[in-house]
Amino acid sequence: MNLTLRIWRQTGPETKGRMVTYQVEDISPDMSFLEMLDVLNERLTLAGEEPVAFDHDCREGICGMCGMMINGNAHGPQRGTTACQLHMRQFTDGDTIDIEPWRARAFPVVKDLVVNRNAFDQIIAGGGFVTVPTGSAPEAHAAPVAKADADAAFESAACIGCGACVAACPNGSGMLFAAAKVTQLSLLPQGQPERYTRVVGMVDAHDEAGFGGCTNAGECTVVCPKGIPLHTIGRLNRDYLAATAKNTARS
Amino acid sequence: MAVTGLVLVLFLVAHMLGNLKIFTGAEDFNHYAHWLRDLGTPLLPYGWYLWLQRGALLVALAAHIWAATMLALRARSARPVRYAHRKKVQGSYAARTMRWGGVIIALFVIYHILDLTTGHLNPIGDPTRPQANVVADFAPERWYVTLFYTLAVVALGFHLRHGAYSALRSLGQQTPQGERRARGLALVFAVALSVGYLVVPFAVLLGLVR
Repeated sequence: MNLTLRIWRQTGPETKGRMVTYQVEDISPDMSFLEMLDVLNERLTLAGEEPVAFDHDCREGICGMCGMMINGNAHGPQRGTTACQLHMRQFTDGDTIDIEPWRARAFPVVKDLVVNRNAFDQIIAGGGFVTVPTGSAPEAHAAPVAKADADAAFESAACIGCGACVAACPNGSGMLFAAAKVTQLSLLPQGQPERYTRVVGMVDAHDEAGFGGCTNAGECTVVCPKGIPLHTIGRLNRDYLAATAKNTARS
Repeated sequence: MAVTGLVLVLFLVAHMLGNLKIFTGAEDFNHYAHWLRDLGTPLLPYGWYLWLQRGALLVALAAHIWAATMLALRARSARPVRYAHRKKVQGSYAARTMRWGGVIIALFVIYHILDLTTGHLNPIGDPTRPQANVVADFAPERWYVTLFYTLAVVALGFHLRHGAYSALRSLGQQTPQGERRARGLALVFAVALSVGYLVVPFAVLLGLVR
């Protein structure tokens, strides 16, 4: 496959970036998208040019490091797939592919396609944790969890924090991420003690980090590689309403 | 957004049902319009109830627009650098057109009040004969009025389809089955309300109401 790539190049956080066009030849349809970028980078390095910087780690779709806007789609055209698990067979010979970093004020570009997703850590620090006693592990049967709750919690726990939801959101909101974390913890007994302070703390941290407000547009869940459902945001809303109505949260 | 929207929705339902009075005859329709002003008497002076309702609606509308503006401003500041290549809609079309749809509806409401409440833009504009005002308004030679009305009602339908669903979500709808029900309910409600509003001008256009 021969492809034309238009890639966002930006040398540093403070510099102005631009789209640069590259040609790549003899790409195997069995390559992953990131392997295709590796081929380009090898060529750039040999030619003495700066390779394209992009985040990646496990390359098996579970770490959440990779992520880029591919032809206007977060993680590319295939649903439920991270960029590293996207294969070149999804494209056709002669295609032009636009590659951009996530665009959000809360995710500033570090270099080329690499963005700083510290804002997600701030949301987690706002309440995405449970308090557990130290010492030996408690008896598992002492804290029974209904099967439906366990399944729903697990569904939300699948979130890898890649940031695609923010990238796709027309409002630049990170609410699907926050909702996945809130849902996962508020459905389990271990998450109950901090349930209402958590939701207020996480939403506050979310807003402070510069994310936009959610309007239930649903773009996030479409691009989410883990298929986090939109109704998790309803769970967050309900906990938030309960917390603010009862004024349980004194944060 | 959700709470103020629901207040406005209550008004939309009442207004739509009131409009349908036109099918039971001119006298009924005019009597209904008069009754709206008479409502609450003798407890309230004539016309007061209507002004109270208008005040409440104005507050709800102002709060609704204020909240929408805040969301739009936050959205703009949350993405300072735009995408060069962006898929327009992947989620819901209605959701992506909420803001412009809202602007269209707001402009229409201003025109609609000048037309059928104050009568300034109406060919008859006689406050004692509301039925005649409506019939003159949607006359076939004034097709552009009907066209604008239809556009605004369709925009309203889209606005409600996402708005009703999103309001339920904001108020804590949280299960997959509930989401399916909320989507269905919003769709049926939006279609029913739009049809209820559109039958009036089209009945006049086709000469069924004169």
